[in-house]
Amino acid sequence: MCLSIPAKILSVEGNTAKASVGGAIINTSLHLVDDIQPGDYVLIHTGFALQKISEEEALETIRMIEEMESGEPVA
Amino acid sequence: MKYIDEFRNKDLVITLTREISKKSRKRIRIMEVCGGHTLAIRKYGIQHLLPDNIELLSGPGCPVCVTNRTSIDRAIALSRLPGIIITTYGDLIRVRGSVSSLDQEKAQGADIRIVYSTMDALEIARNNTDKKVIFLGIGFETTTPSSAVAISEAVSQRIDNFYVLSMHKLMPPAMSALIEQGIHIDGYIGPGHVTAIAGADMYKPLLDQFGVSVVISGFEPVDLLQSVLMLVNMAEENRNGIEIQYKRAVTPQGNKKAIELVHHIFEPCDDEWRGLGSIRNSGLAIRKEYQHHNAALYFDVNVATAPEPEGCLCGEVLRGLKKPPDCRLFGKVCTPANPIGACMVSGEGACQAYFNYR
Repeated sequence: MCLSIPAKILSVEGNTAKASVGGAIINTSLHLVDDIQPGDYVLIHTGFALQKISEEEALETIRMIEEMESGEPVA
Repeated sequence: MKYIDEFRNKDLVITLTREISKKSRKRIRIMEVCGGHTLAIRKYGIQHLLPDNIELLSGPGCPVCVTNRTSIDRAIALSRLPGIIITTYGDLIRVRGSVSSLDQEKAQGADIRIVYSTMDALEIARNNTDKKVIFLGIGFETTTPSSAVAISEAVSQRIDNFYVLSMHKLMPPAMSALIEQGIHIDGYIGPGHVTAIAGADMYKPLLDQFGVSVVISGFEPVDLLQSVLMLVNMAEENRNGIEIQYKRAVTPQGNKKAIELVHHIFEPCDDEWRGLGSIRNSGLAIRKEYQHHNAALYFDVNVATAPEPEGCLCGEVLRGLKKPPDCRLFGKVCTPANPIGACMVSGEGACQAYFNYR
């Protein structure tokens, strides 16, 4: 039920946006988020964008695991 | 797909699996309380990647599953009233009440429509002004904001024939209730999207009162294994805390706009959970200011307290006391095609997840 999918915002019009989910284009409501621009990735749940996805944090999460492999200390 | 493929990377999975085996010594029990995690753990066989001393349990994380029979009976009673359109998310219509399900009521002529979003329910109300349209509001912190938006929009657009039956629930009180009921849990895998909305700080009382660690996790194999590793590290180092693995979506404070909107429309109330019973301040009721849109107040239906189906172990499964195969109905008379218990109805119910990924 709380499933949510990452979607790329294509265009914004008022409180709604068109977003691409792996190529499929869906409408999403922007009532719950601020400052959404085309190109942003958001989590969509029951037609609502819940949260912007942070690219920086995603890369950092992966970097931490990759460092384990090389034996470097992990914070 | 971006933000999915990289978190299903095989090399990262192998690295994490090795690291967990290297670090983990203690016997620990980890519970997840999100249907999405239940499903992902079964689908990717996460338990089989872990050493034997780490046990994964499923908790009360599937909203359809924790909605009790009395609530289903109430929704059915509403659907039988004249001039009513019931709108709901898909899974709920297959859950059995005492004598029927919404699915069966629909087959017998009740106007019950599955919607993807509350905005669709609102649209149905706008297009059917001669009918009263009730949205069955189920779900946790992730889903409640969409009901709040619908009520707020119904007010501002003066859609007076739109009502919500709030069965929304809050996750932290249930997580505390399990510990209070004496269920041994060393750490929780915290629900990612619930926490994306409500913020990781909401688990502080759980940590302060019971000393149980929470790691808020994403939904891909790499996310789940990293979360297990973070819980293992805390256990091995004899510390506890609230940590966020799913940092790309979760912050300590959550989505302030959504939190404020929910607070504006709803207030906490005691609520009944399937399997867990009544939990203080674990539900959300519509505030008095919005009572015109409150189906629980507006429609007078009397529903008796309903017992759970005979032989069904959903209650124990939802508390992590039993695993689905422990139930004698499991896979025999209770299957996804013919579910007896709610945990077999939903794709993210523990029973259906076990059935599909045996």
